[in-house]
Amino acid sequence: MLHILRQIVRTGIKTEAAPAPADEMVLVARLQEKLLRTLGRALTIRQVDAGSCNGCELEIHALGNPYYNLEGLGIKFVASPRHADMLLVTGPVSKHMAIALRRTYDATPEPKLVVAVGECGCTGGIFGESYASMGRVGNVIPVDVEVPGCPPTPVALLQGILAAITKHAPPAPPTDDAPSASDS
Amino acid sequence: MNLSALGLTAATLPSAVPARRVAASSGQLLAACRVCWEEGGRMLALWLSDDRDRDRGFTLRVVLQDSDGLMLLEHTMPDGDVHYPDLSLIFPAANRMQRAAFDLVGIPSDSDDQRPWLWLASWPIDQFPLRRDFVASPKWEPGQEEYAFVKVAGDGVHEIPVGPVHAGIIEPGHFRFQIVGEKVLRLEERLGYTHKGVEKRFEALPMDAGHRLAGRVSGDSTVAYAWAYAQALEAIADVSIPTRAAWLRALVLERERVANHLGDLGYLGNDGGFAFGLAQFSRLKEDVLRTNLVAFGHRLAMDHVIPGGVARDLAPEHAVRISDECAALEREIRIIRDIYDEHAGLQDRFRTCGTVSPALAAKLGLIGMAGRASGQAHDLRCDFPVAPYDSLAVRKAGSADGDVAARVAVRFDEVRESLRIIQNIVKALPVGPIHEPLPAIPAYRQGLGIVEGWRGPVLLALTSGPGGTIRRCHPHDPSWSNWPVIEHAVIGNIVPDFPLINKSFNLSYSGHDL
Repeated sequence: MLHILRQIVRTGIKTEAAPAPADEMVLVARLQEKLLRTLGRALTIRQVDAGSCNGCELEIHALGNPYYNLEGLGIKFVASPRHADMLLVTGPVSKHMAIALRRTYDATPEPKLVVAVGECGCTGGIFGESYASMGRVGNVIPVDVEVPGCPPTPVALLQGILAAITKHAPPAPPTDDAPSASDS
Repeated sequence: MNLSALGLTAATLPSAVPARRVAASSGQLLAACRVCWEEGGRMLALWLSDDRDRDRGFTLRVVLQDSDGLMLLEHTMPDGDVHYPDLSLIFPAANRMQRAAFDLVGIPSDSDDQRPWLWLASWPIDQFPLRRDFVASPKWEPGQEEYAFVKVAGDGVHEIPVGPVHAGIIEPGHFRFQIVGEKVLRLEERLGYTHKGVEKRFEALPMDAGHRLAGRVSGDSTVAYAWAYAQALEAIADVSIPTRAAWLRALVLERERVANHLGDLGYLGNDGGFAFGLAQFSRLKEDVLRTNLVAFGHRLAMDHVIPGGVARDLAPEHAVRISDECAALEREIRIIRDIYDEHAGLQDRFRTCGTVSPALAAKLGLIGMAGRASGQAHDLRCDFPVAPYDSLAVRKAGSADGDVAARVAVRFDEVRESLRIIQNIVKALPVGPIHEPLPAIPAYRQGLGIVEGWRGPVLLALTSGPGGTIRRCHPHDPSWSNWPVIEHAVIGNIVPDFPLINKSFNLSYSGHDL
């Protein structure tokens, strides 16, 4: 136990110590504010791998590490679509996964935000459309925001999540000069 | 492996490791597999090709490996109602490969098990995507298949279906548990959900672009796959790459091994109820990925390995950063390893959990990192070292315990060894060019590439077509051999230990489903 505590103290708080560029910190603050305004609470995400090479999943995992500290922002990955506000979907959508993806979408309650992740989720990527691939996520379920990149970096993923929330946000109060999704 | 007693004479096959090829009749095929098995060898891969357009019918190819190197058996069958011997009687892992080969090319083995494997009702069952005359129809809708799972009956037995959409951030697949209380009587895997037509897609790409697709067969092994592809292509082109390029390839491959092992060690702690481990290892992994971004322009070093060499040289200041990082990582990991080793709760979860005995591992053909944790002491970096491994004297990790704890220990040992290798590479990196241009590739040549990725040997067989096209490309993940072993590893364990056991192997779905 002593070793554990010593290692924790020695490691310090990485979330603050991270070499974050300025816009990254702004992004984080904006994200929390939007979350509260839109949902009035934390955001829950159900991740669905609809046929990816697993590269995008590695970066989605990275969001949970102490540097990005996703849970600290009030964003949580949940085990069931019924508990989720948002689906984070990687592609290309294989034909074999199309029905499972549609069912997951149907099981998700409003606001049912969908973020398509990665080059393949946005366009079908190098796999394209074929006898086995439906291509982009948008070919199977409605998509709110696309996050390109092969795979997208954790910061790009955070920006995509923010953009999806912003899109669904009610109009800002007149005193608030929060920028729109396009400059986030 | 000496096959002369079978009347077979092998010819040399272009490959970076010792490899031979031999044409075999169906009887010789079975006999050669038996010789390989008796001499302690393994089957690495099996696939079919349609060569009817060249009047050569269908070809079954099987890659065996023993202490002499690789042996490619080629069995040609005429067009028509043909079949080939069931090799799963000798190598159990052949079962799924044979079924997948049927789904894609339509030639069955003689096995009793003719259930589909990669086919899940999304295209007509009598259409075979890897046949040359296959034409996909836009009318084919995703379907649903009724798979014949093996049922267990008896008092108190019930079934838990899991997936394809899993509860965490994991690739999709289906697991069917038959249980009594919490105890697993039987697990049956149903994979194929991420099948996205990789092999067919290769045939539409030029040879000099195939490495990009190879690097996306399984994203966590992008370096291993891209290197295996490059090896196969360079073997066909008979080109040797500059020494510096080979060393830079090994540098990113070892960094890929470190990053994946660190990530998994964190999740193994987490699955054992020890969130501290995940927090610590995930930050260390992030450090490695950030350095990759700076040094190689990509966090996972995707598209860094290209045919003929590497895409980008290592700057001197990045070499220093990598070296310093290795020293820091080594210190940190030693501390956390001690914490893992002394944590009674964690060790209680790890030990005797998901055990695969060395005897069972040998029988089922467990390979790679998981194999080494069950007494199967094979590592291409030691057994058939290509440059630069021939001058790095890689120490093989291993254990005979075969449980989750053994796989954790092997990962810790391999991380430490990779950190040592990386430091040596950076220290002794030869000077010179990093790329050798490839000449025009003659048509219908075959080459093999094989690389010891973090999971195990990644094999890639490549055949050139006319005009710089790819005629056939079969990438083969070590997960093909290891997935069936998990079904055995969980027997008698409790259901809540399954995630821990599964993570200790961490096999690829995408690399397997293709």
